[in-house]
Amino acid sequence: MKKMLMMFASMFVLFATLTGCAPTSDTIKIGVNLELTGPVAVYGVPEKLAFEMAVDEINKKGGINGKLVELVIYDNAYDSAKAVENATKLATVDKVVAMLGAATSAPSLAIGPLAKEFEVLSFTPSGTNLMVTRDGDQVNPFVFRAAFIDPFQGKVLANFASEGLSAQRAVIMGSNSSDYAKDLASIFSTQFSANGGSVLDTLYYSDPDKDFSAQLTAIQALGEFDVLFVADYAERAGLIIGQARAAGLMMPIIGPDGFESPDLNGLAGGAANVTDVFFSTHFTTLSEDKVIQDFVAAHVAFTGNEPSALSALAYDTIYMLFAAIEKAGTDPVKIRDALASTTGFKGVTGTISFDAFNDPVKSAVIVELQGGEAVNATVVNP
Amino acid sequence: MTQFLQQIINGLSIGSVYALVALGYTMVYGIIKLINFAHGEIFMVGAYLAMIFITVFNFPLWAAMLGSMAGSALLGIVIEKVAYKPLRKSSRTAALITAIGVSFLLQNAMLLIMGARIYTFPQVFQNTSWIFFGLRINTLQIMMFLTSIALMISLQFIVLKTKVGRAMRAVAVDKEAAALMGVDVNHTISMTFALGSALAGAAGVMVGLYYISMTPYMGFAPGLKAFVAAVFGGIGIIPGAMFGGFAIGIIETLVAGYGSTLFKDAVVYAILIIVLLVKPSGLFGKGGKEKV
Repeated sequence: MKKMLMMFASMFVLFATLTGCAPTSDTIKIGVNLELTGPVAVYGVPEKLAFEMAVDEINKKGGINGKLVELVIYDNAYDSAKAVENATKLATVDKVVAMLGAATSAPSLAIGPLAKEFEVLSFTPSGTNLMVTRDGDQVNPFVFRAAFIDPFQGKVLANFASEGLSAQRAVIMGSNSSDYAKDLASIFSTQFSANGGSVLDTLYYSDPDKDFSAQLTAIQALGEFDVLFVADYAERAGLIIGQARAAGLMMPIIGPDGFESPDLNGLAGGAANVTDVFFSTHFTTLSEDKVIQDFVAAHVAFTGNEPSALSALAYDTIYMLFAAIEKAGTDPVKIRDALASTTGFKGVTGTISFDAFNDPVKSAVIVELQGGEAVNATVVNP
Repeated sequence: MTQFLQQIINGLSIGSVYALVALGYTMVYGIIKLINFAHGEIFMVGAYLAMIFITVFNFPLWAAMLGSMAGSALLGIVIEKVAYKPLRKSSRTAALITAIGVSFLLQNAMLLIMGARIYTFPQVFQNTSWIFFGLRINTLQIMMFLTSIALMISLQFIVLKTKVGRAMRAVAVDKEAAALMGVDVNHTISMTFALGSALAGAAGVMVGLYYISMTPYMGFAPGLKAFVAAVFGGIGIIPGAMFGGFAIGIIETLVAGYGSTLFKDAVVYAILIIVLLVKPSGLFGKGGKEKV
């Protein structure tokens, strides 16, 4: 009798644990591998919030195919070794159906080979380095990205300078310390020349520089020109804008998505200096599109802040994944195939399809700043 | 020609920054023969302090400047008491290495407290620019230039004409003898550090105003350049530091304007090497004699 009781008891315990497990094994686990601390936490944190917001939305609607979505979030602290460790854990221990992240290129590059090895999708919202989705000359079948890549921005900006600003003569300034700046400068230069314009000079500086007055004085001696292209992040672009205006260079200044920063006006020595400044980006809250306005309102309600381009990219990233899971179920390889066949996905950062290299084909937005405020946004198609 | 003169103006304004930092450097060296590598970091702390005074406590600019100078002076005294005083009898190399350590300590402490993000210095100063004969110059450039000259003159006055200055010179020549004559050596060295650090704090505020962007590493490069400027003018000689600062600023700007910015640092450090090889006592140095 006692034995029987024991058996019942143990069976009961076993049953209880099994049923206890049931809800978790019934959720769809998605891994998140982001820079939540460290020097680029400003990229990772808004993306994490956008993921959480999207999961909250989809779960309120009953999940995907009746299953709730659960995020498994790890911080890689912008450390490639940590990112690799996280990816291994997500793929082998947590057994997620797909991984999201990283926000920047360096950790994304480190995760790529693992995604291929474990055959689990790695989908980065904002890793823009060309090689992120590549494996040598070939495509890495398991890595996708939602952001357009740098060469595309260089092209879009050159076309905008030629057509939107009717510029004939341009001067380029850029940091020699980052591939971002060097790639953008060379692609802009090629495209601008192909459009019939001429690039008077390309001046490089190094990252710690804060004083650009010598170069700005030197380019004034080149004669009249119509547009100054600054291939850099706001950190230095802001200083260049301010110093250029102080030196009397009043022509339009254009640049890549790196211009987008709450510090740009401050760095430029006041909002008044940030006039006739244009930059290309992924997303703008200025659009009157209902999809975008609904997203902005929901983001404000969920986080208390207006979404940035990073929030928007992360939001599109996870919704494309949701769509793929809805189509393919929870098998990681089938999800990959479904994602690869995404065409005409209507997201907040444009209408997205993937090319043969798992890079998105989508539109860019050129934002116009007057007196430090974004006043106008133009959609530019590839 | 206009371009050349404009480049000279650009050079003088960046040179004023180097001169401001170099003055404190050279004074501390003149008195206690210590190359205080943490000087650039005190300059950085000064800029952050002023920013905090303005943005958090709503101080007007002059009050923020005084507050930042006082804070930097205090920091200088503490550093001297904690890090340099115990090593006063050790070799100069030990003190030098400690100075480098203090420099990293301050950098990383600031990184810990304020984070790696860039802060922008509040634009509390209405900077207007004028055009004379096609040359552009703005209020801040003039202010930095005049401040560096004014500080050079007042430092020279303090060291040569006041009682504290006489004590400093006495300590510089011979610590023991000065002590025997009734000079309070510890007090004098503290005063030297306080004065030098207050200068660094003032320079930090000026640079914050002029270059706007601030990071915990902002003191490092100007600190090194100011060191080169001090050596160029003759380390330990106060007018030398100022002229060295202007000279380095102008050379750097001309290299950037007519060559490439990528070479400008190389040229500056090449100058350091040449000066050390050819005339180690610097442009204003007399060589051999004790300098103050």
